[in-house]
Amino acid sequence: MARFAIRRQHRGPLDYAGRWSLRLWVAGVMLFLYLPLASLVLFSFNNAKRTIRWEGFTLDWYAKMAGDDALISAFANSLTIAAISTLLSVVLGAMAAIALWRFRFPGKGAFDGVITLPIVVPEICMGVAMMVFFGTIAPWPRDLVWPFDLGAITIAHVTFSFPFVTVVVRARLASFNREMEEAARDLGASELRALRDVLLPHIRPALVSGALLAFTLSLDDFVITFFTAGPNTVTFPVKVYSMVRFSVTPEVNAASSVLMAITIALTLIGVRLQGTAIARTESP
Amino acid sequence: MTTAMTGGSRAAFWTVFAAPAVWMGLFFVVPLSVIWAYSFGRTVGLTQVAVTGTLANYTRLFDPVYLLIFAKSLVFAAATTAICLVIGFPYALVMTFASARGKILLLLAIMLPFWTNLLVRTYALMAVMRSEGWVNQGLGLVGLGPFAMLHTNFAVVTGLVYVHLPFIVLPLFATLDRLDRSLIEASLDLGAGHLRTIFQIVIPVVWPGILSAVLLCFIPALGSYLTPDLLGGPDSQMIASVIERQFKRANDWPFGAALSFMLMYLTLAAMAWRALAERRAAQAR
Repeated sequence: MARFAIRRQHRGPLDYAGRWSLRLWVAGVMLFLYLPLASLVLFSFNNAKRTIRWEGFTLDWYAKMAGDDALISAFANSLTIAAISTLLSVVLGAMAAIALWRFRFPGKGAFDGVITLPIVVPEICMGVAMMVFFGTIAPWPRDLVWPFDLGAITIAHVTFSFPFVTVVVRARLASFNREMEEAARDLGASELRALRDVLLPHIRPALVSGALLAFTLSLDDFVITFFTAGPNTVTFPVKVYSMVRFSVTPEVNAASSVLMAITIALTLIGVRLQGTAIARTESP
Repeated sequence: MTTAMTGGSRAAFWTVFAAPAVWMGLFFVVPLSVIWAYSFGRTVGLTQVAVTGTLANYTRLFDPVYLLIFAKSLVFAAATTAICLVIGFPYALVMTFASARGKILLLLAIMLPFWTNLLVRTYALMAVMRSEGWVNQGLGLVGLGPFAMLHTNFAVVTGLVYVHLPFIVLPLFATLDRLDRSLIEASLDLGAGHLRTIFQIVIPVVWPGILSAVLLCFIPALGSYLTPDLLGGPDSQMIASVIERQFKRANDWPFGAALSFMLMYLTLAAMAWRALAERRAAQAR
């Protein structure tokens, strides 16, 4: 915390970051944010069945988790759904972003609005809509082999993820120099070829960060999945939810810690990748 | 449709437009339209709804039981937003005036929990607030408690604050960072204290930004499902819990649909208000 404090002697009137009252406030916020998470991780190593008091270090709960078939298959389901949904979200999201950035067409405002809606519509509303849609309007066949039985959940995940990709890609497109594309066209490239060879390299960093965003959104989603999942298509968060509801053991802490580690690692990689990718495309 | 399309060839347009448009239509517009239609219907079987055009589901919303739940959800969301604002404003202020490196660290510190799974964060809070949890042990050391915190309205609001803090800090930081610092310097030079400067100069100048941040926090808080479900008691239900019950246990889809659309209308009204406030702020500038 001392890093962002300028030395006391040189404190200017605007140095709010150096005032002890405000630094105390920030420390309090940190405590509020991190104490629960730290205690969750800590007690996943606790050698006791009830999570009340520290009884010594153990990895038993992680071992127990690794041997829990239902939990592992839920985890496999989550990763499969996230992978497929990310792929589709990036393709659809980039397409929508290019359509909105490049073309003027009748109904553009409506299309823009509909694309943005999944970001603001309460999750519960989308969850029940998906439940009714896949329950009665277009019933997803029940007894498909894995991974096709995950189709309904995957479709729901793509629907709420790809608008986020569109937002990210559109922001990146704003910095594209149209003259580059015109040069490619003058040199004889077809319109689609110019899109592929000139536009796509420019938006690649946005595609990477959009993909990571879509992946974490899918991996993290509970509410919408909860309404779309059947008894045989349980995802990791849905499984953890039922564990939290019905049996609070340190195994839940272990599972939560693993999920936490995965999303944080992915996001940090994403932040770093995006930084280097943009640096590479900006340098001549 | 294609008559007034400009910006490139028709083939290129349809290549990029067709797939997302069809996907959105089929898997977003259709499901929501079905729910909307169901809100004017009546249950006739286990999963069958006859759309009769009745307004009975909407009149049922005015039953005091449901009005109370709507009111309670609004109060919870408003309290959450107010507490987030009080906690988040000084944090955003420190972030604004920190060094470049400090800014990144503070940003990361507030974003890391945000990237963590909602369920995991809620579960972490449950463990801390249990009657044997750390908070009660800490209070026990100074001779207080133990208090029953979990499964109360207090736990719900704490959980909502915990989850929604980044929603208010990030937009607040974005507006404070654009603030003209010479205004603060002028105020301090003219003899005003720091608190007076903040309340009479900073807050009025960044007011549109604060309003926008407040709504960005209020909107998701209003529709929360998981937090009241896990942290709340029997009397801390919010709208989303009631919607879930109609679609699952109570099996009254039309009424659940009407409730969903009321929540959606509230959300969209808040969004529209925010857009209007931003446009007005842009004009005033």
